[in-house]
Amino acid sequence: MEPESLHRASEPPTGPPVLEPGYTVGSVSDKISSIVLGQRRRRGWFFGFAVSFALLMMLLYAVTYLFAIGVGIWGINIPIGWGFAIINFVWWIGIGHAGTLISAILLLLRQKWRTSINRFAEAMTLFAVSCAGLFPILHMGRPWLAYWLFPYPNTMGTWPQFRSPLVWDVFAVSTYATVSLLFWFVGLIPDLATLRDRAKSRLKQVVYGILAMGWRGSAVHWHRYEVASLLLAGLATPLVVSVHTVVSFDFSAAIVPGWHTTIFPPYFVAGAIYSGFAMVMTLAIPIRKFYHLEDFITMRHLENMAKVMLATGLIVAYGYMMETFMAFYSADTFERYAFLNRMRGPYMIAYWSLILCNILIPQSLWSRKVRASVPALFVIAIIVNIGMWLERFVIVVISLHRDFLPSSWGMYYPTRWDWMTLAGSMGLFLTLLYLFIRYLPVISIFEMRTLVEEEEKK
Amino acid sequence: MPQIFHHSTNLISRLSIYGAAFVAVLAGYVVYALSGSPYVTDVNEAKDQPVPFSHKHHAGELGIDCRYCHTSVETSPFAGLPPTQTCMTCHSQIWTNAAMLEPVRASYRDDKSISWTRVNALPDFVYFNHSIHVAKGIGCTTCHGPIANMPLTWAANTLQMSWCLGCHREPEKYVRPKEYVFSTTYEAPSNQLELGAKLVKEYKIRSLTDCVTCHR
Repeated sequence: MEPESLHRASEPPTGPPVLEPGYTVGSVSDKISSIVLGQRRRRGWFFGFAVSFALLMMLLYAVTYLFAIGVGIWGINIPIGWGFAIINFVWWIGIGHAGTLISAILLLLRQKWRTSINRFAEAMTLFAVSCAGLFPILHMGRPWLAYWLFPYPNTMGTWPQFRSPLVWDVFAVSTYATVSLLFWFVGLIPDLATLRDRAKSRLKQVVYGILAMGWRGSAVHWHRYEVASLLLAGLATPLVVSVHTVVSFDFSAAIVPGWHTTIFPPYFVAGAIYSGFAMVMTLAIPIRKFYHLEDFITMRHLENMAKVMLATGLIVAYGYMMETFMAFYSADTFERYAFLNRMRGPYMIAYWSLILCNILIPQSLWSRKVRASVPALFVIAIIVNIGMWLERFVIVVISLHRDFLPSSWGMYYPTRWDWMTLAGSMGLFLTLLYLFIRYLPVISIFEMRTLVEEEEKK
Repeated sequence: MPQIFHHSTNLISRLSIYGAAFVAVLAGYVVYALSGSPYVTDVNEAKDQPVPFSHKHHAGELGIDCRYCHTSVETSPFAGLPPTQTCMTCHSQIWTNAAMLEPVRASYRDDKSISWTRVNALPDFVYFNHSIHVAKGIGCTTCHGPIANMPLTWAANTLQMSWCLGCHREPEKYVRPKEYVFSTTYEAPSNQLELGAKLVKEYKIRSLTDCVTCHR
């Protein structure tokens, strides 16, 4: 292959490098693969995994109880039929978007700084989509009939309602999951072969060997690899935009005031990328610290991600502004009330916290000092994660709880089962992530090798 | 370094890729085929009854009208199962000593219903009304099959939703003149579609396929 062709972007003259100097092709491979193949037991890993796994077991408990009793254990009721399940779904699916953006769009744009974060951003996408996919199914009254969502020859003689965005969602999310999985796996194959060749135990050799699918690193292999990854990148690129657009249709196709707006698709997509980058940052900072990967995931990466967050955050802020302005400008009583109710209603705390988390605090990223401070970035990333969750809470709950008829107004209070499921989904996410860190290379080894070669050429 | 895998792995890996696709498609087909098969739906399976009542004898050979026993078919959702008294209108006079009919006489003596084994059952979440179908020119045999040839009764159709919708979507294929609704020997004429279209208009049959038509 011609690896350079993927990374032709010229480096800016200033700023920290994407790879600290002093690495050779061998030492890069050693350092990254030692995380997986190293014999040293890591207490921190076990501790983190245990906590995550405990949360996952809590999810299992909450879900078992849910299946036994039904969705009545949650706080949902008419008029708020969409509670945490849908909030969490939109939140998780949004988080996934950063991975696709980094791996697909930045690959096509030949942004070389993506190299060291794309692998785990893609993994994060996959795990976030898994968490997201769980919620609509849990949310169904009869989850064991979830396959009814798919069009298949059936004894009912019917198709799903193709005019409903909820059905488009099924296709959007399942396509997204499939393409993300393929992309991630194809990208892993050369590294899996590296692990296979370096593994000492027979079991690891066989497992990594099967996963590497007979990769020998021949020129033909590299050629096919490059073609496949470019094709997948091309396939994944529209998904960055389409998935959250379709998710936003779930709302905007309805007539509920606060949902029925045309700005939803772009502002949902921007919000998705915003929250995704916040999550990548939230994960990247501890990982680079714990596994001493500061040389690979440099300040340059963190700063770039901060800039993406700032930009998408501003788009989101524009979305909030326009939404509110259009409510005023429409002169529609119900639209206006919906937005006044956000600001002054019983859930105003959620709305104002959202403004604080998503708009006000991230403005500090304008300052170079803040962008250079790892702890500050970590805190801001977490705040943005919370803010984006609140955004979905505001959209789902506040819009539903007071619609056209005051006689059908109501309140929504999440129960402990709601909270357990939310925390449990984080357990699922983190469990998968811990397993990924332990058993697969978090950074693409071969792409780092090409970076080293380019450094040497200079 | 020795090879990790035997060279036959090349073949196995290729086979497993194509095999997986094949197995997935096949499994889907098996599930689909099973869901409509008599094994699952009991279609064409004659059911044992406490008394081996023969529609073939009563409705076919003797020519008793359906409504003699199923009295409420024209006026109510349920066609009606005859009480033992209906049986006894004849069987107090004929075959009075037949051993086969002892459960009928016992039922009459003790004033206890015969518990027949149900042959055609719809789920509880489906609203179905016999009277409207009969009133709009849907014959008994359209759904219940060749009842006049059934020594023991079996279900002739799956009653699956796709089967219901088959007629609701294209009633002209199945409708018959009202005077033949209770005929057990009626056969669709060769110009069924033409006749059907005419009858659909004449009987004002609407193609009701809204969910709420049946799932109320």
